[in-house]
Amino acid sequence: MQSKTIDIWVGLFVIAGIAALLFLALKAGNLASFSTDSTYRVTARFDNIGGLKPRAPVKAAGVVIGRVAAIRFDDKTYNAVADIDLQSQYKFPKDSSAKILTSGLLGEQYLGLEAGGDPTMLANNDRITNTQSAIVLENLIGQFLFNKAAEGSSDSKDKQ
Amino acid sequence: MNATTNALAAIGAWTLDRIRDIGDAARFFVRLSLRAVPALGRYRLLRDQIHFVGNYSVVIIVVSGLFVGFVLGLQGYYTLQRYGSEQALGLLVALSLVRELGPVVTALLFAGRAGTSLTAEIGLMKAGEQLSAMEMMAVDPLSRVIAPRFVAGIVAMPVLAALFSAVGIIGGYIVGVQLIGIDEGAFWAQMQGGVDVWNDVGNGVIKSFVFGIAVTFIALRTGYEASPTPEGVARATTKTVVTASLAVLALDFIMTALMFSGS
Repeated sequence: MQSKTIDIWVGLFVIAGIAALLFLALKAGNLASFSTDSTYRVTARFDNIGGLKPRAPVKAAGVVIGRVAAIRFDDKTYNAVADIDLQSQYKFPKDSSAKILTSGLLGEQYLGLEAGGDPTMLANNDRITNTQSAIVLENLIGQFLFNKAAEGSSDSKDKQ
Repeated sequence: MNATTNALAAIGAWTLDRIRDIGDAARFFVRLSLRAVPALGRYRLLRDQIHFVGNYSVVIIVVSGLFVGFVLGLQGYYTLQRYGSEQALGLLVALSLVRELGPVVTALLFAGRAGTSLTAEIGLMKAGEQLSAMEMMAVDPLSRVIAPRFVAGIVAMPVLAALFSAVGIIGGYIVGVQLIGIDEGAFWAQMQGGVDVWNDVGNGVIKSFVFGIAVTFIALRTGYEASPTPEGVARATTKTVVTASLAVLALDFIMTALMFSGS
């Protein structure tokens, strides 16, 4: 075969490979949703983060506005500290509240942000003080059983 | 007593043989790697080998990828719809292809399609004393014949694996969205939500790269060490497929444990 033709075929082969990689990165992967816009970092303390993981989305009114950057444990206060990267284009009042929510019944957990009424806005390295921990199903069931038992015993006392 | 010593001697000889083989392979690998960098400059040799190893494997890779995607779509849908989460089909197809099936199945096919031909070619060259003739002419067969093939295999394998995964995802899309009727937006959105570019796609590429090195190296060494007879070449070709496939599966297990055990 002419060497030129082989050149072309090898070139096509390599280009097909690069195109396939781009397809995997852009269409199947999350490269397109990587925001190149600047972000600002805030932290939030939780008693229990449940199943929240780094890179989990932060949503306000259901729209993704940032990502959880890192989750640490603070052994002074025995709290979990979540670092949150919010996109700079979205400003939030200082007294906004953060909640750990679950998408669907069995879905993964994300951070819900609800705006407050404070006129000053959250800035870099601020802390969200108003937080609500993840709901732990075991605790919930425990509480429910405890309440049921308390009701039952008071009922039987009434009858006597 | 004599039988015991004989058995002991057999075990010892076997072990020493294996150790010698491993050492030999390591030395061959080092010699080959040292010659692989200059081989990058031998443009024509490299181009011909990439053409031979890569382009001729495209058809089998693309067709297999498409059908693996079809089957993943059908089987995944069957399981997922029991739990009412058939929307996650895109994620299932993409993750299983990008992380595992793409690199592994491509490497197995590559061993069968390209590895055997490399082994047979080198083995026949050896049987025809072409390699010795080259040495007589002061041409190093390792850098003239083996190294370009080695580099070509390493280049071609990630390209083929990426093609396999991409075509497989399209196959899953055809079955899931066009045939079964899953919502198209949910199919792609779930996929994009769950597939991480560096952790999933990137690690898949690293895997295919490692498999490329392993399969090509095994194929070339088996051919180079083949006994120069028709039976020797036949045996070497079989050995290439068996050894390369087992090596790919073992390496895949190790790499999966290292890469994905955290999540």
